[in-house]
This record gives sequence, C-alpha cells and structure tokens, in this order.
Amino acid sequence: MDFNNIMSGKVKSLRPSGIRKFFDLLENMPDAISLGIGEPDYPTPWHIRDAGIYSLEKGFTKYTPNAGMMALRTEISKYMLRRFGLVYDPAKQIVVTVGGSEGIDLALRVLVDAGDEVIIPSPSFVCYEPLTVMAGGTPVLVETKQEDDFKLTPELLRAAITPRTKVLILPYPCNPTGGIMEKADLEAIAEVLKDTDIAVISDEIYAELTYGGKHISPANIPALYDRTIVVNGFSKAYSMTGWRLGFLCAPPEAVSQLVKLHQFGIMSAPTTSQYAAIEALKEGDRDIEAMRADYDRRRRFLVHGLRDAGLECYEPKGAFYVFPCIKSTGMTSDEFCEKFLLAERVAAIPGTAFGPGGEGFVRMCYATSMDELNEALVRLKRFLGKL
Amino acid sequence: MTLKTEILKLLEKDCRTTPEQIAAMLGASEAAVSAAIAELEADKTILGYKGMVDWDKTGEEIVTALIEVKVTPQRGDGFDRIAERIYQFEEVESMYLMSGAYDFTVIITGRTLKEVANFVSARLSTIDGVIGTATHFILRKYKEKHTVFENIPVQEERMIFC
Repeated sequence: MDFNNIMSGKVKSLRPSGIRKFFDLLENMPDAISLGIGEPDYPTPWHIRDAGIYSLEKGFTKYTPNAGMMALRTEISKYMLRRFGLVYDPAKQIVVTVGGSEGIDLALRVLVDAGDEVIIPSPSFVCYEPLTVMAGGTPVLVETKQEDDFKLTPELLRAAITPRTKVLILPYPCNPTGGIMEKADLEAIAEVLKDTDIAVISDEIYAELTYGGKHISPANIPALYDRTIVVNGFSKAYSMTGWRLGFLCAPPEAVSQLVKLHQFGIMSAPTTSQYAAIEALKEGDRDIEAMRADYDRRRRFLVHGLRDAGLECYEPKGAFYVFPCIKSTGMTSDEFCEKFLLAERVAAIPGTAFGPGGEGFVRMCYATSMDELNEALVRLKRFLGKL
Repeated sequence: MTLKTEILKLLEKDCRTTPEQIAAMLGASEAAVSAAIAELEADKTILGYKGMVDWDKTGEEIVTALIEVKVTPQRGDGFDRIAERIYQFEEVESMYLMSGAYDFTVIITGRTLKEVANFVSARLSTIDGVIGTATHFILRKYKEKHTVFENIPVQEERMIFC
C-alpha cells in the first residue's frame, strides 16, 4: 500500500509552507540573527512557572473538566471583564483550549459546513486558510492594504460577502502587519453584518500587545457580541507559548458545541498549564505591563531604524512584528529575504508567506534582544547600501 | 513616567545604549535625550557606568565578605560620621545602614581570606564606636542586579512558523 494514494484529498490540497526552503537555509546558519520566529523572548515569569511546579508536586495530574477547570474559567471571566470590559459566564461561555490554535480550529469546525465560505483578511497568520479547508469550507481571502492601515474596510467586506458566507475571521491585532481595528472600524463591520447570519471568529491572541491605546474586541460592539467567538490565550500575553493554553469566549449555544468537539479531540487542556494559568491571571497583570512597555520600545526602535535605512514602514499598532515595504529595492519578498539571509545572515520572513497582499513586504519580529535588533539594522543598512 | 525616568530605566538595564537608540525607543529627540542625560550626570542621579564581571571565570582570586557591624551612634552625627570612617576604605565595595539586630552591612572584597580577616580585625574593629562585627564569607554569587551568574541552559533550537 502507498500512503500517497489514500491520503485525504483535502490534506493533499493544502499548500506546503512557502518558507520551508528558507528554514532549511537558516538551519545551516547557527550564527544568523533570526527575526523570523514569532515568539516572546522572555521565559514565563517565575511565579507562573512555580505555580505549575507546585501543582505537579501536589500530584494534580488528572484530567480536568472538558471545558477547563472551573477555577480557571472563573479567572478568565474576571480577566475579560477587567482588561476588556467583556462579560462572559464561566459556566456557559468559556472553553479552555490547547493554545489559541486549537481555538481557531474548533471555532471553524463547529460553524462550517461543506461549501460554506469563510472570509479571511490577508496578509494574516497562516492557519486560517488550511483549517477552513479541513473544516470543509471555502476560504475567501480579502487583501487588506497598507494605505488602509491593513484594516478590513466595510467596502472590502461587503464585496466579499455572498449567500454562502458563514464566517468572518478578524485577526486583529494582526500578525504579520501589526494592524488593529478600532471601535469605529468595528462598528462599520457591524453595520455590514447586520441582518446576516455571518459569525465572527476574532483571533485576539495579541490583544495585550496593543500600543498607544486599549484593545477593542468585536465583542465590545453590542451588535457583534452575540455573533462573535473570541479566541485568546496565554502564549503572547504571559510568554507561555510552550504551555499550549488558550481559551474561547462565546455565546452559550456556541460553547456547548465547542465543548462537545473539544472533548472528543482533546479531552481537556493540560492540567499543569491550567494551574499555571490561574496564577498568571491572578497575579500577572504587572508582567503584561512590563513586557508591553519593553516591546513598545523595541517597536519604536525598529520602525525608526528601518525608516532610517530607507525603507517605507507602516507603524504597527499591535502584536510584535513590523512589516516594512521592500518594493523600493526592486526585489520580490522572497528574493529580498533569501539575499538578505545569505549576504548578511539575518532572517526575516517574506510577506508572501502570509497570503495575498504580502508581496512587497517582509515580516520582522522584534521579540528579540536590543543587541540583536541593533546589529540587524547595521547589517540591513549595509545590505541596502550595496544594492 | 517622565522622560528622565524612562532614560534611567534603560541605562540601568544597559548603560551602553546610546542616546540615539534611547531616542528611537522612546520616540523622543536625540537632543532631548542627551540633554536629560547630561543633567542626570551633573546632579549625580547617574553616578557612573560600570561593567558586570564574573571574576570566577578568570584566574583572579577574589574573596567577598558580608560583615554585620554594630556601632554606638555618635551624638550630633548619628551613624553618618562612623559610616564615613568605614566606607572610605578602598576594600569596602558596598555599605548600607540597616534596621534590626545590627547597624551596618559592609561588603568588602580582598584577594585572600587572610586579607579580609586582617581588614576586620585591624581596621574595622578598631574604629571608635564599633562594638561588634560578624563576618560572613560569600561562597558563590548567584545573581546580582537582576543578572544571573550561571550559564542558563537554552531550550533545543526549533524551526517553527508562527
């Protein structure tokens, strides 16, 4: 038997990651500066790690309830109210997931039937399109523009809606662009969605990393609350990527279906991680503030440096990426990243990896040390100077 | 936070950060940052720019001791006069006035145990007003000024797209 012959057609149809080749190059350059991986560079704050260790010492190693420990859901409920002014009932409106990624997958699978269309602003994180396909849906990618601050405008949305549209994904603050949606932007989206049965999946994993203002969720708009599934998690806010813990907040009817699916695929999210997360939510607000202030300084530093080097660069309002435009070099994103890596040993990710609209841009993550950012800019100037 | 406070936090973390870099990070002008640093240096808010060295990594022999010192405060000058007579010694690296069971913590460094012991018996104990000392030798430094001395192991390298 040949597995190639029996693999799911849906899986085979998924595009392989466009940057595999790039990672292969990088693997042979241990001395390269990587601005590629989108992950906080801090370890999880010690008091949070300690809470996880303590739970292990006490032998708290069994499954938790499918939706997550009640104590954790209660803390998530308080957190959502405290940080974002959103009300969710811990018993009926919250599911603890294995990272935001599982949350996105679950949300798509409970909503999408064969042939349903899912609107995805692009460029954006790479998982929405393949997960839509695996759920049986049809991805409809909508190109956002730098001149619109990479926002999804009501015009773009209206043009993408068809009778088959089931879901709108709102990936803000946006990886890779750093774009955000403000209150008026979301109100305009609400106006377009009025009188439709289109659900919103709002990926807010970078909500805490919003600069110069407070994050606004679609669920903050009264007309959107009842149609929105909020995806959030601990990875970025508390530097807890490896703990694999996230959560969904949604209307009760959605949550009962989400929990049903979650219990078959996952059973319950890792118990140790849940104990650590309770500590994070109870005592971690200061950690968030400190990390955000630190990212904010690096964000300004990198934007300043990129502009100084001669690149046009949108000032990101959220997440921890900058998305400079490299069209002035005459190279494609792919060429730019490959040549920059080979010539100067600095890794950035071509914008095309994030879908349509990414050509002409590259993503650089500033969740790395100031020394590395500084050196990367020195090398970038040298690279651009030789063109 | 004021500009000066933000500058101080950045310099305390890494004093090699240049005014140009600080200006970029804070969204301020380089001139404003340089002027603020000059003022902070002039009024001794910034006392210096020193490196952190793990001498255990070198061949140099360095002995550090923490000494608890009990004294009789002097009329008029309180603890300050006597503190001054102690901290003027080159061997004294740091010195603090304490609440609790004793009065001063004096941290001194020397080349050998004997040198440190000599300092305590010959110089420190003989100062007028010093009524008792207890010397604790520091066996190993784990962390100073938020900097860990050990090599922290790193997680296995990964190529992950996120």
